[in-house]
Amino acid sequence: MTSLPGKTEKSLGLVIDLDTCVGCHACVTSCKEWNTGGHMAPLTDFDPYGGAPDGTWFNRVHTYEQSCGEGGRTVNFPRSCLHCETPACVTVCPTGASYKRSSDGIVLVDEDKCIGCQLCAWACPYGARDFDFDVGVMKKCTLCVDRIYNENLDEVDRVPACVAACPTGARHFGDLGDPNSAVSQLVAERGGVDLMPDLGYNPVNKYLPPRAKTSAPTDAPAKELESVTAEGGFLGWVDRMLSEEAL
Amino acid sequence: MTGQGANSRPSQAPLKSTKAPGEPDGVDTSPRVSDDVRQTTCYMCACRCGIDVYVSDNQIRYIQGNRDHPVNRGVLCGKGSAGIMQHYSPARLKKPLLRVGERGSGEFREIEWEEALSIATERLARIRDTDPKKLAFFTGRDQSQGLTGWWASRFGTPNYAAHGGFCSVNMAAGGLYSIGGSFWEFGEPDWEHTRYLLLFGVAEDHDSNPIKIGLGRLKERGAKVVGVNPCRTGYNAIADDWIGVRPGTDGLFALALVHELLRAGKVDLTYLAEYTNAPFLVIREPGAADDGLFVRDDSGTPLVWDRKRVAPAEIGAADLSPALTGAYTVNGRTCTPAFALLAERYLSETYSPDAVAETCGVAPATIRRVAAELAHAAFEQVVELPIAWTDARGRRHQTMRGRPVAMHAMRGISAHSNGFHTCRALHLLQTLLGTIDVPGGFRYKPPYPKPAPPQVKPAGKDGGTPNTPLDGPPLGFVAGPEDLLIDDDGRPVRIDKAFSWEAPLAAHGIMHMVIRNAWAGDPYPIDTLFMYMANMAWNSSMNTSETIAMLTERDAEGEYRIPFIIYSDAYYSETVAYADLVLPDTTYLERHDCISLLDRPISDAEGPADAIRHPVVEPDRDVRPFQSVLLDLGARLGLPGMVDEGGKPKYRDYADYMVNHERSPGIGPLAGWRGREGESHGRGEPNPDQLARYIANGGFWKHELPPDQSYYKMANRGYLDFAKKMGFVPAAEQIVLQLYSEPLQRFRLAGQGHGDVLPPEELRERLVTYFDPLPFWYEPLEQQAPDGAEFPLHAVTQRPMHMYHSWGGQNAWLRQITSQNRLFVNRATAARLGIADDDWVWIESRQARVRGQVRLVDGVNPDTVWTWNAIAKRRGAWMLKEDAGEYEKSFLLNHAIAELLPSEESGYRFSNSDPVTGQAAWFDLKVRIRPCAPEEAGHGAPQFEPIKPPPDPETPPHTLRYGVRFRTMREKAE
Repeated sequence: MTSLPGKTEKSLGLVIDLDTCVGCHACVTSCKEWNTGGHMAPLTDFDPYGGAPDGTWFNRVHTYEQSCGEGGRTVNFPRSCLHCETPACVTVCPTGASYKRSSDGIVLVDEDKCIGCQLCAWACPYGARDFDFDVGVMKKCTLCVDRIYNENLDEVDRVPACVAACPTGARHFGDLGDPNSAVSQLVAERGGVDLMPDLGYNPVNKYLPPRAKTSAPTDAPAKELESVTAEGGFLGWVDRMLSEEAL
Repeated sequence: MTGQGANSRPSQAPLKSTKAPGEPDGVDTSPRVSDDVRQTTCYMCACRCGIDVYVSDNQIRYIQGNRDHPVNRGVLCGKGSAGIMQHYSPARLKKPLLRVGERGSGEFREIEWEEALSIATERLARIRDTDPKKLAFFTGRDQSQGLTGWWASRFGTPNYAAHGGFCSVNMAAGGLYSIGGSFWEFGEPDWEHTRYLLLFGVAEDHDSNPIKIGLGRLKERGAKVVGVNPCRTGYNAIADDWIGVRPGTDGLFALALVHELLRAGKVDLTYLAEYTNAPFLVIREPGAADDGLFVRDDSGTPLVWDRKRVAPAEIGAADLSPALTGAYTVNGRTCTPAFALLAERYLSETYSPDAVAETCGVAPATIRRVAAELAHAAFEQVVELPIAWTDARGRRHQTMRGRPVAMHAMRGISAHSNGFHTCRALHLLQTLLGTIDVPGGFRYKPPYPKPAPPQVKPAGKDGGTPNTPLDGPPLGFVAGPEDLLIDDDGRPVRIDKAFSWEAPLAAHGIMHMVIRNAWAGDPYPIDTLFMYMANMAWNSSMNTSETIAMLTERDAEGEYRIPFIIYSDAYYSETVAYADLVLPDTTYLERHDCISLLDRPISDAEGPADAIRHPVVEPDRDVRPFQSVLLDLGARLGLPGMVDEGGKPKYRDYADYMVNHERSPGIGPLAGWRGREGESHGRGEPNPDQLARYIANGGFWKHELPPDQSYYKMANRGYLDFAKKMGFVPAAEQIVLQLYSEPLQRFRLAGQGHGDVLPPEELRERLVTYFDPLPFWYEPLEQQAPDGAEFPLHAVTQRPMHMYHSWGGQNAWLRQITSQNRLFVNRATAARLGIADDDWVWIESRQARVRGQVRLVDGVNPDTVWTWNAIAKRRGAWMLKEDAGEYEKSFLLNHAIAELLPSEESGYRFSNSDPVTGQAAWFDLKVRIRPCAPEEAGHGAPQFEPIKPPPDPETPPHTLRYGVRFRTMREKAE
């Protein structure tokens, strides 16, 4: 069983805006693309051209229909490791391979120590781990630990691949342990939530819920249109307006 | 440049300190990423985003968006981020192929390029020597129409077009004939200022990243997004308001909004008087040869009625007060302003919310509400930017005022046989609100606006002359019957019947009819069909089963009815199997391209921009970029412009052409860094270092318009002068928005028997009906057939965002997201039909039936079913394995879509197209569905004989470990 650090210095994580996610899978493939050559390379694909293609992915998008109000809504839900404060995937690990970094709070797997028992995948209620059967090692989101501090990348590129790629700007990154950070403030403003908080794993990643659907303009209600009244009907009104505006 | 890009919010920034913490876990947080980063242009779809390609040991390590690029500003979609798998696909062609078995079998032998080019040259030279129109040259979603159109014109065949006729010509033509610009390609919403965005028929498509970036901005700014679409996916899923309209009725919905706005006086009369032809005087003398045309003075200038002078006046005269109402007698003619005709039509009860609600499937209260919201945003939330500008008449304005309502529309509007008029209805709605190229509205992307319609006419009226170029480009914009490409008997000149009485405004050609017409010899047989990057033997044709039979059918002499087919593609697509000669193309990372102002550039509303592709890796196969091959063929054929005086090739390859070709003196494919020293932009002599300048600038060039030119471009003195200088417009004159379309009226008059060029008797009623100078709504043509009740459901398709516009379903990563298409059926509808989730059903149309598996959803119009298009593949194509879901479980709806409409009384069958533009009416399809027999479940239908693999095929791996070599290299380096 692997122990957790006490309080981590930072709690790095993602904030994902479900109001804005259109389900385009850009975060899914940019993650795959970076990470298949990255820290846990490769993200093996089995039968990639056959009937049951199935590979290792750190991030997936699921699309759900939710019934609520007029006809319900469609929600696109990106799912990846939440880098929990108290993750069961770490405490369950018999070898210390699964661990939480005390500096930034990122949950990682040390491949050299991983024996492939997959207890961590059973323990994680979020389905955030992906076992690579090719090498018998558990793989998972690294929060792009090989990007965010990478001195070989331009400073501006030192963000997780999914955050850089997201075309709608629905993904955010930062220190959720710092209440003054931009991500923490965003979570506060938008009422960001934990996934399944009652399980007690204290996810670091937050989700911003979809805003209520509106049947009015978002700022002020529009008055129902009334017919113009003028002598001569609509065309009479046009004449009067043109005269007044003295075109 | 190191721009910040779209995702530069504080919550998306790198950490304040990006120094790695002292975590004692041995993780290498600064691995070396690549040897080099090369900036080029994506081609995973047609959106032309800028990409940074990280190359390590000549292998692609990573592709990310280019932050400085005007299209994607650093972001990259799901397709673009999967480009590696497209580039390394096992389905890549490796060498030229010559058919040895039956067409369609996939039996080829590999040949050398010299043999391939000799075969093609010999054949094409003979055609050019005798009857050049016997070459039909049609390209797909390529971005080199500047070159391909010029090549066809030099060859001398009028039979040329690209894929626009089956994609979005209704949007292009609807826009260009109305406002001199269009949705997507030539315009965009003002994402920074709009308060209210209406999306019509925009699914996951057109365009990709700019819409996504824009929607993110609107959400951030608290603007309202309304999605009008039968399907609640993608953009419609995040809209504040989803209106699940019945397919093909958007035009009626839009005109009901027009009715409401007129009724309430919520139209911008000042804007209409200043910028549109609403005040133009229209002759009202039914039966006269010029009824419905504008009253003009001796110089041909249209007249308006000046209320102050109480007299007619030329448009553009100083200090006008044009009337929008009334009846006048001018030059002895009875006339009325176009606006009065417009008001009369749309104030009619025919267009009231109550009258249209049932047809549209939208409640009257919803229509009234949207109209009220539009009015509220437009008239109560006026945007005023503190930018002084001068209009086309020289008047100075201290601010730029705008009404912050924007609209965007695409294939859900386009792919109906009433799409042209629907598109015009949307532009009418925008224009009445005064929202064209104003702050908060729709904005033109330079080189647009152009005069509505643009002044270039299609060439090739005589059908082409041996060894003689056409006297202009094969595609263009007709303004009346005299511009049509018809012979003395009124019959079509072109193989696709574009610019004939059957489709007069077919500005992009009618590619979906080429194979059928060539097979039928209607209007004449051809010799060679030459295609590029268009999967016409599968998902880009209607009635696919019969279309592929046409490609293999032989005549009485035993010869193929389409004698010779040359095809160029980078991949082993279904269409490859039907070619006699295959010219293998490169992938997008191995080639030069120019994304040109002469074609479809990368401009945004802030200024004109163009871009290049350049090879970031060398091909490891015996393949050549198609555009270079085309220039080589042109030189071998001795086409004027492609050889020098001595008959030697004028261009070494496409890169050489991009730099040195001049369309007119000083104007070439690329606008940036022209002149010997790269000192000028737009015009200037060729610059030998031009490509290096592009590469140094990230692969693109952009001119930022000064703020006082960034709106009102149709009437902005500064912008119009600039556009004239750049060659965008023929004259620096105000471009008048054409609410009332005189070109359409000219065709209607021809249908009424007026004029010198008259249609055959049997086509006259059709012209009178559909060439209405004002937008109107009619039931899609196929749906007008009497047996409609037998096929109660609309059936439409869209492509998933991760595959939209991309032509490679073989992508190892993307197919893990989608490798089977389902038929999406409304839950309540399915319950009524006794169909459960996951059931297999027959989807039956008047044309054919296909079989697929159902997925029940709530978010779809109850009378509509839909599926993801082009997931299904033909067994053997694309180098997938035998059990691939694309072969086994998917279905192609195309089989059920007829390319011809039901017979007329005469027995003649028109193509399944918009009668104005010839646009393929994919989404007019009606079907019925019923459960299939238990033994039929589990397999998609129809199935076809498998295509044999190409010679020396690359075996697809069972286990793909892409990226492991980068890790090995890093570990070795340690």
